[in-house]
Amino acid sequence: MAQGNRPLSPHLQVYRWGAHMAVSIMHRATGSALAFGAILLTWWLVALATGHEYFNMVQGYASSFIGRIVLFGLTFALMQHMASGIRHLFMDTGKLYDLKPNSLTAKLTFLFSIVMTLLIWVAAYKVMGEL
Amino acid sequence: MAEFSLPKNSRVGKGKTVKAEGATNTRKFSVYRWNPDDGENPRMDTFEVDMDSCGPMVLDALIKIKNEMDSTVTFRRSCREGVCGSCAMNMNGKNGLACTTAIEDLKGDVSITPLPHQEVVKDLVPDLTNFYAQYASIKPWMQTQSTTPEKERLQSHDDRAKLDGLYECILCACCSTSCPSYWWNGDKYLGPAILLQAYRWLIDSRDEATGERLDNLEDPFRLYRCHTIMNCANACPKGLNPAKAIAEIKKMMVERRG
Repeated sequence: MAQGNRPLSPHLQVYRWGAHMAVSIMHRATGSALAFGAILLTWWLVALATGHEYFNMVQGYASSFIGRIVLFGLTFALMQHMASGIRHLFMDTGKLYDLKPNSLTAKLTFLFSIVMTLLIWVAAYKVMGEL
Repeated sequence: MAEFSLPKNSRVGKGKTVKAEGATNTRKFSVYRWNPDDGENPRMDTFEVDMDSCGPMVLDALIKIKNEMDSTVTFRRSCREGVCGSCAMNMNGKNGLACTTAIEDLKGDVSITPLPHQEVVKDLVPDLTNFYAQYASIKPWMQTQSTTPEKERLQSHDDRAKLDGLYECILCACCSTSCPSYWWNGDKYLGPAILLQAYRWLIDSRDEATGERLDNLEDPFRLYRCHTIMNCANACPKGLNPAKAIAEIKKMMVERRG
């Protein structure tokens, strides 16, 4: 029975985080980031269709310092979302529920996304001849 | 919409410190306190407990505190051996039973709060009315249509084995109150404990209401708020896996569509 002024016990404030919890919230956060990224991608494609001058302007934004930080973040978001998405596919078939493999694969998604993000950016800089 | 911070009346303040006179081997226990009668906000009281005269479990320390330091400290306990589920609480950020959690397994000062995101009745006692009502809603008893046999309803060894990992649940609510989905949608989402219990009847070869049971769970909130965060399985003091049971229910839902 709900009564007068009863307090709510602490939850997020006290609960100890683990890899399983982090990978879950990251899946949601990166999913939201990618929805925003999809808008940017659309803008870039529209610019491509609009014409040389406009495209150069958008390309200028994208390759500015802030633009690169955003794109780097989106690269990480895509890699992390993909890795945890694949993990979700296995879980949908009833696998990876035992605590050890569950925690291990949660950590592996982070390892995968960090390594892949760095590889993609090193490759990109090499192609552009800036490295 | 999920409310991530605590409401104003629930913010936790600093409380008193009670020292252990003349003790050399002590550990600090901060305990969540809230008194329904004084109109104050909750606070954390710190008790220095003499470990030379204290039993090994967190429940031993709580009982010692209540006996020797502050008799108003309020908590539920009964069997003190992990069977009744009364002393479920949050210790150093993780839900568990105080009677089966060893003090030496906890690092640093021990912080004890009630089961998370529940209305507090007093100190470490949460109001589990909603939790029990949800349990009743899944009709946790055997339902049959066929004629009652003269003796018991028989079950093969294999069918009986399907109940292992399910029947052991003591309904302590450690898992449900560890689940962020249950925190944000506890009024509509049944939560891991109740869904594990629901699966216990779904998978029982003797139960004949499988269809109705699944119909009752076919709902965006009741079942499908599980996002496999896995806090439940990590919290269960009996080593059960509610997340896995929920995944099996979701599989049954897909399979019956054919």
